[in-house]
Amino acid sequence: MEKHLSEKFYQAMKLKESRYPDRKALILPALHQAQAEYGWLPKEVLAEIAQYIGVHEAQIREVASFYTMYNLKPVGKMHLKICTNVACCLRGADELVDYASKKLGIQCGETTADGTFTLSEEECLGACTTAPVMMANDDYVENLDIPSLNQFIEKVKHER
Amino acid sequence: MSDNQQTLFVQHFWNDANRSVDYYLAKMGGYESARKVLGGMAPDQVIEEVKKANIRGRGGAGFPMGMKWSFIPKNSEKPKYLVCNADESEPGTCKDRQIIRYTPHVLIEGLLIGSYAIGCNHAYVYIRGEYVREARLLEEAIEEARAKGFLGKNIFGSGFDLEITVHRGAGAYICGEETGLLNSLEGKRGEPRVKPPFPAVSGAFSCPTAVNNVESIANVPHIIRMGGEAFAKLGKIDKSGGTRLISLSGHVNKPGVYEIQAGSMTLRQIIDELGGGVWKGKKLKAVIPGGSSSPVLTADEIDAVYDVEPLMKIGTMMGSAAIMVIDEDTDMAKLLLRITKFYAHESCGQCTPCREGCHWMESLLHKITHGEAKPSDVDLLVDVAGNIGGKTLCALGDAAAMPVQSFVKKFRAEFDAYAKGHKRHA
Repeated sequence: MEKHLSEKFYQAMKLKESRYPDRKALILPALHQAQAEYGWLPKEVLAEIAQYIGVHEAQIREVASFYTMYNLKPVGKMHLKICTNVACCLRGADELVDYASKKLGIQCGETTADGTFTLSEEECLGACTTAPVMMANDDYVENLDIPSLNQFIEKVKHER
Repeated sequence: MSDNQQTLFVQHFWNDANRSVDYYLAKMGGYESARKVLGGMAPDQVIEEVKKANIRGRGGAGFPMGMKWSFIPKNSEKPKYLVCNADESEPGTCKDRQIIRYTPHVLIEGLLIGSYAIGCNHAYVYIRGEYVREARLLEEAIEEARAKGFLGKNIFGSGFDLEITVHRGAGAYICGEETGLLNSLEGKRGEPRVKPPFPAVSGAFSCPTAVNNVESIANVPHIIRMGGEAFAKLGKIDKSGGTRLISLSGHVNKPGVYEIQAGSMTLRQIIDELGGGVWKGKKLKAVIPGGSSSPVLTADEIDAVYDVEPLMKIGTMMGSAAIMVIDEDTDMAKLLLRITKFYAHESCGQCTPCREGCHWMESLLHKITHGEAKPSDVDLLVDVAGNIGGKTLCALGDAAAMPVQSFVKKFRAEFDAYAKGHKRHA
């Protein structure tokens, strides 16, 4: 089978192998590691993880599809996930989603044509006292409002 | 009142420099409790001290922590595990995140003491996937602790060994439920298990396991340092020792994570004195007192003391101590739709009442708030909720049903106005 995952992936996983009494516990760490490398989890990558762990591919897919953080289709270079749960929605998150959607010209769940941005509505991110909050790839942006959201998007555009 | 509060955590928060092991050693008596425990206390004595401390679990259920540890069998041939629940997924809650960001070593020391008490040599911290940065900070702190000899082999020359592994979740509310969490740790879908067996008998990797919340475990070094009785006395109410970290959010002037001595303030005092009152000079309409699953309170029900039993007496719960404040302009039907949408999204799908019922409630609320409902749909909504609560494997069913039942009961007129066509979706 052709390898899709890098040596770095296998080295990182090697360090984790001794941390669990059962190899299947490596499934979530492997999916995270692969996604960090690939940006999303194509079918071939899931198959390679299955082979590495020693389980059927369906077992990897059933796990990957259970958790919202695993991208089973490609996402943009900057994935904006705006929380619209209670605490954020009480402080204007819905307007932020509308604003981002108009500004980027995409609906939630879509990616801009140039592949820069993906926009998602997110469930509670656990940062409710600094609401509204969004995740921008791995980082939290807190106390968000329209000016700071606009500034963030512009900054990403210019860095491209 | 808040000025007189004796606190254990918040004075160390909000400063990145405080997260180092050097700060912990110099300013918080770091690892002295673990040294004392490993240097001469029997595991049973540690559990006894935690029992005396009257500490209730900080994750949501409020179960006495010492008792939980005492359920772990003493003479098991299998390995035993201590698993720290850092999933922090109940909407409104963000206190554990601050412990991990600013005082990670108090959590690590708590894991060390707890592991010794139950006989565990490998502890896991299951942290929600979105806390990418926090997971990294915790791993760095674990490395610092190992470099100082506080983790690894033969800690403090006691012969006791401990490893800690940080295991990241990947975005699923249900993994905050302890058996869903254990399945997720094992590399499965985070579906809750049938109980019994309880985790104390068969938990992680089919071995005896104690699952405790971050804040619960982080209190253990304080309990040992102060002594269980002194810790219990920090609480100003029976059967609830120590302090409580509160996540205060929504329509308040000063949202934030605060700490109070357990049972020392009413809900009203917390909102007014700590939170600076309702924002924009508006009137209070309602309060969600313990995370989005807890039954809502009206503005005149908030003179209850903010702790487990007083809130239970007025028909709601303290949960994870996440208070969400709601002002007079809020549309309660739309807010309930938002809450219900969350539980429908997060239902793992194992139990029919929850899987089908949550979506049914969401669709009824959608119809109601969009002017497409019949007047009888409000009763139907309450009826569906009544057929979910208590009829599922885990508490998610109750978590979805309780907001629906309480919102409709207490703010019925708003739902009826929609259903009778007096109010239209804007």
